[in-house]
Amino acid sequence: MTTHQDPSPRAPHQVLDGTDIARVVTRIAHEIVERAKGAEDVVLLGIHTRGVHLARRLHGRLAQITGRDIPLGTLDITMYRDDLRLKPARALEHTEIPAGGIDGKLVILVDDVLFSGRTIRAALDALSDIGRPRAVQLAVLVDRGHRELPIRADYVGKNLPTSLREAVQVRLADTDGVDAVLVGDRDYTARSSQALAPQPSEPHLPE
Amino acid sequence: MKRHLVSAADLTRDDALLILDTAEELAQLSGRAVKKLPTLRGRTVVNLFFEDSTRTKTSFEVAEKRLSADVINFSAKGSSVSKGESLKDTALTLQAMGADAVVIRHHASGAPARLAQSDWLHGSVINAGDGTHEHPTQALLDAFTMRRHLNPGASGNALRQGLDGRRVTIVGDVLHSRVARSNVHLLTTLGAQVTFVAPPTLLPIGIENWPCEISYDLESVLPKSDAVMMLRVQRERMNAAFFPTEREYSRRYGLDGTRMAQLPEHAIVMHPGPMVRGMEITAEVADSPRCTVVEQVANGVSIRMAVLYLLLGGAVFADGPADTPRTDSVETAQ
Repeated sequence: MTTHQDPSPRAPHQVLDGTDIARVVTRIAHEIVERAKGAEDVVLLGIHTRGVHLARRLHGRLAQITGRDIPLGTLDITMYRDDLRLKPARALEHTEIPAGGIDGKLVILVDDVLFSGRTIRAALDALSDIGRPRAVQLAVLVDRGHRELPIRADYVGKNLPTSLREAVQVRLADTDGVDAVLVGDRDYTARSSQALAPQPSEPHLPE
Repeated sequence: MKRHLVSAADLTRDDALLILDTAEELAQLSGRAVKKLPTLRGRTVVNLFFEDSTRTKTSFEVAEKRLSADVINFSAKGSSVSKGESLKDTALTLQAMGADAVVIRHHASGAPARLAQSDWLHGSVINAGDGTHEHPTQALLDAFTMRRHLNPGASGNALRQGLDGRRVTIVGDVLHSRVARSNVHLLTTLGAQVTFVAPPTLLPIGIENWPCEISYDLESVLPKSDAVMMLRVQRERMNAAFFPTEREYSRRYGLDGTRMAQLPEHAIVMHPGPMVRGMEITAEVADSPRCTVVEQVANGVSIRMAVLYLLLGGAVFADGPADTPRTDSVETAQ
């Protein structure tokens, strides 16, 4: 905070605001209905933490569009992570698979940021232990590039070219009080989260 | 959380709730087609059983296998222990083989603590019952079972809840019971009130310093209990006459249908097993839907998975600083 080394890290700037996010969710919902031909056998699975909130919003939109209640669930991928050995053991989140199961369904995984692809790899492993979907698709709010695995998203809210020095922060009203997507230098985020933010939303750093 | 699980008294309320909540998530696994998680792949867990056990040993083994750990079963019978090998040498052998965790049951109180404090082993030590001292995973699964029954909706949104204000009555051979000892620590940590009911001869010396109440009259305690835990009379540990006859014990301290009827509507009957029907519990009670014995066994697997995951799943020891990685024990042994 006191020393300003140059080049000083840029403050995070906003790339999507609340209305943008609402628009993106609506567009993805329409795309899902179009590509899944009415979304008859769709199951939405949100990946913790912010993917769950996005999946819930998507679920609301899909209900408005199709007039039906699309099965909605949550997925915690902690036990399947490939970096478990690199960090201390952490608490588990709640996994809830809809009553109808996922066998023979079109599962759409929902997450906030697509980055290395390792989270999605873990989610795919988790899915294969839970059942056998007809197909799996991926919807993300932001695709920031820098994939480390051959994984791509089917529905993308916004393609956001970033450098590895940057951190993408997704804030959603459900946990962070406000809807926004911010991009800033990782150094800045790390420094400001120590100094300023009491509960910073976890920036998407390389895993 | 500490690196080892030797005593239920080592667990803070946060630790205990973390284990219970993790177990709640892991319990879902038993309903799945593939009951396996890749979490402990490549870790080796040794089940070191110096004393007979069916329930606990099988339960640990199932939990370890569901987490994809490599399991080595080591029982005193048929091993070099029967040839006179000491605990230290057994531990050093296991260390040389690269055990990441040792689950130990021993007839001597304090054996797991000795292992945990020594530098014979680098892995985590999990106490699966030592003499008449402690059996922490049993207490955890008992608390888990109580929470599920006594906190409505506990499987869904009542996570992070303890057992505050609940009254638990533990009846029987407290003197020889490691289950009672672990339970009194854990249940008190979680906010419950524990009452022991036993003949005075079967209460340990110093029990007045335990955080519990004592009663000699089962009938008066039952109507205000949320859970009753019946303990087996451990004849194999008895070297004297602690009560006149089995019949008298059973009359005064056994749970039968009439006594069960005095319990409040929501109360449950628990037993850590193995049950001796006709002694501390009648068949009528044991087979009633209020008796959670079978459920406790199922919950034991979830609890042990949670403990193994939290102690072994991460990069560092549960109590270690973040910058000292878990050493691969084979190299350090040389």
